[in-house]
Amino acid sequence: MREITLQRFTLSIIIAAALMLFLPVIMNTFVLTPLLIYGMLGMSLGLIWGFGGILCFGQAAFFGLGAYAYAISAINIGESTIPMLIAVMVPAIFAAVLGAMMFYGRLGDVYLGVITLVVTLIFFKFMNSTAGPDYVIGTARLGGFNGIPGFQTLNIPGLPDDYIYGDSLYYVTFVLLVVAYWLVNWLLQSPFGRVAVAIRENEQRVSLMGYDIRARKTILFAIGGAIAGLAGALFANWAEIVTPGLFSLSQTAEIIIWCIVGGLGTRLGPILGAAGLAYLKFLLGQQAFIDNTIIMGLILVLFVLFLPKGLIPAIESVWKLSVGKRRRCHPSRRRKGRAITNG
Amino acid sequence: MAETVLETSGLTMTFGGVTACDAVDFKLKARELRCLIGPNGAGKSTFFKCLTGLLKPTSGAVFMQGEETTNWHTHEISSLGVGIKTQVASVLDGVTVHENIWLAARRFFSSSIAETKAKETIERLYLGDIAKSNVGQLAHGERQRVELGIVAAGDPWLVLLDEPAAGMTSEDVDRMTEIIREMTTTAAVIIVEHDMQFIRSIATDVTVFHQGGILLEGNVEQVMSDETVRNVYLGKKA
Ligand SMILES: Nc1ncnc2c1ncn2[C@@H]1O[C@H](COP(=O)(O)OP(=O)(O)OP(=O)(O)O)[C@@H](O)[C@H]1O
Ligand SMILES: [Mg+2]
Repeated sequence: MREITLQRFTLSIIIAAALMLFLPVIMNTFVLTPLLIYGMLGMSLGLIWGFGGILCFGQAAFFGLGAYAYAISAINIGESTIPMLIAVMVPAIFAAVLGAMMFYGRLGDVYLGVITLVVTLIFFKFMNSTAGPDYVIGTARLGGFNGIPGFQTLNIPGLPDDYIYGDSLYYVTFVLLVVAYWLVNWLLQSPFGRVAVAIRENEQRVSLMGYDIRARKTILFAIGGAIAGLAGALFANWAEIVTPGLFSLSQTAEIIIWCIVGGLGTRLGPILGAAGLAYLKFLLGQQAFIDNTIIMGLILVLFVLFLPKGLIPAIESVWKLSVGKRRRCHPSRRRKGRAITNG
Repeated sequence: MAETVLETSGLTMTFGGVTACDAVDFKLKARELRCLIGPNGAGKSTFFKCLTGLLKPTSGAVFMQGEETTNWHTHEISSLGVGIKTQVASVLDGVTVHENIWLAARRFFSSSIAETKAKETIERLYLGDIAKSNVGQLAHGERQRVELGIVAAGDPWLVLLDEPAAGMTSEDVDRMTEIIREMTTTAAVIIVEHDMQFIRSIATDVTVFHQGGILLEGNVEQVMSDETVRNVYLGKKA
């Protein structure tokens, strides 16, 4: 068992490294970086929704919170290492508090959706209304709908003048995405992750087994918030500005669409769904004939109708079918062989 | 003398106008096997739900091993070592039989011991052939057995079984009887059942529920021949 996972781990690292070096050959890193960031954001919702059964309509809130936390603390602190940590911690803590209120309050799924959505809208409204000079945190002005520009962007830890931008930001983002992906994988294989999946399947039974589902859901929700926050911080570094649009309704809806299209309950699905759809949106954005929201809506409808489980499960079943066909010639032989040795 | 491990006093549960449990005083000793019978709607399942915290009783108290557990959360009560098989099988459909049982064991043991426990339980409950199947694909009787496995895997000292034999083949029922007998070497067991054959085969003390209250308690033969019990319960069936 352990050997196989080690093999898989090595293999996936090799694939990831090859992909990381190959992609810039065919595409501009300035286009690639946000695709990776969206992949990470998709993964954060994929984790809590696909594996924990928590449908959150407010994943954009943690994304935006991460971006703002980075921008504000970078203006105040300068060197980017601590701002990056803050950008992960703030959304994580916020998610933990929000999650605790919802899960310990035994709110149903519908209320959970409503509350997370409303929280996102409140952030959106609030950040839009902070144009005045009174809205300052330390030396950082929140800037209302204009957002916050001109903060210190990512630098090599300890060297505030050595910026990580352009191609290097792409490589750093790629590595962080792979690391986050493997941490999520590790989490899902751990007892905590297995119990999380069990909670998705049947909360009552998990309680009857003796697990405290409220605490576990809160922790999972906070982990999802942390990953979304990291994505937000990276986005702030790529865009070099943060605006209230990060908290917008369309942003939050898109994350959900990425997960559905990529495949809920799969590890890679939400990442690929996010990167793929974001790239499509980028391509559509370069032309003016068709409105890209219409295309996005159409894609979602088509997927829900024809591939309701999403892309990755569909590919998997096609793969299994073809492999199954190939294998079907062997078993008779294998079975005979076994019968002989047994006899 | 074995000590009392479960006790309720004046346990009452009302739903709007319906009193599903009506001031129930109940006692169970360590490693005792008790059958709970009574007509449909007598309040047997509601009684179980109050014991396990799935419902918060309107009034009254529950004591487990001398400690009051009234209004505790379900997971806190379960963590004491209380296992319940619910009337409608409550299992994890999307994962394998092994995963179901491993998770139940993992609550009380380390991962590797849980693995051993899961293997043992799977063997004991004849689930070996389907251990790798998803529970959602299994037949009714198999799901019941998986749930029994979940209950057994945590080595509980109190086991509540709500209609475990319902819809099972006679072969399945025989296996279950054997498993329940095994359980009573370490745990007190309460079984809700309608199947008189099954109750007689386990031959034990019986508590009769009727309209939310305890009508009668005693030896199985004595209870079955009782006039009032025949009227409210057996009379309807025979
Ligand atoms: N959640 C609920 N809300 C309202 N009434 C309920 C609820 N649960 C149970 N009841 C009522 O309480 C009474 C007892 O139900 P309960 O399920 O405990 O009976 P039971 O003895 O288990 O019956 P059966 O043999 O059919 O399983 C019934 O009248 C039922 O309609
Ligand atoms: Mg019942």
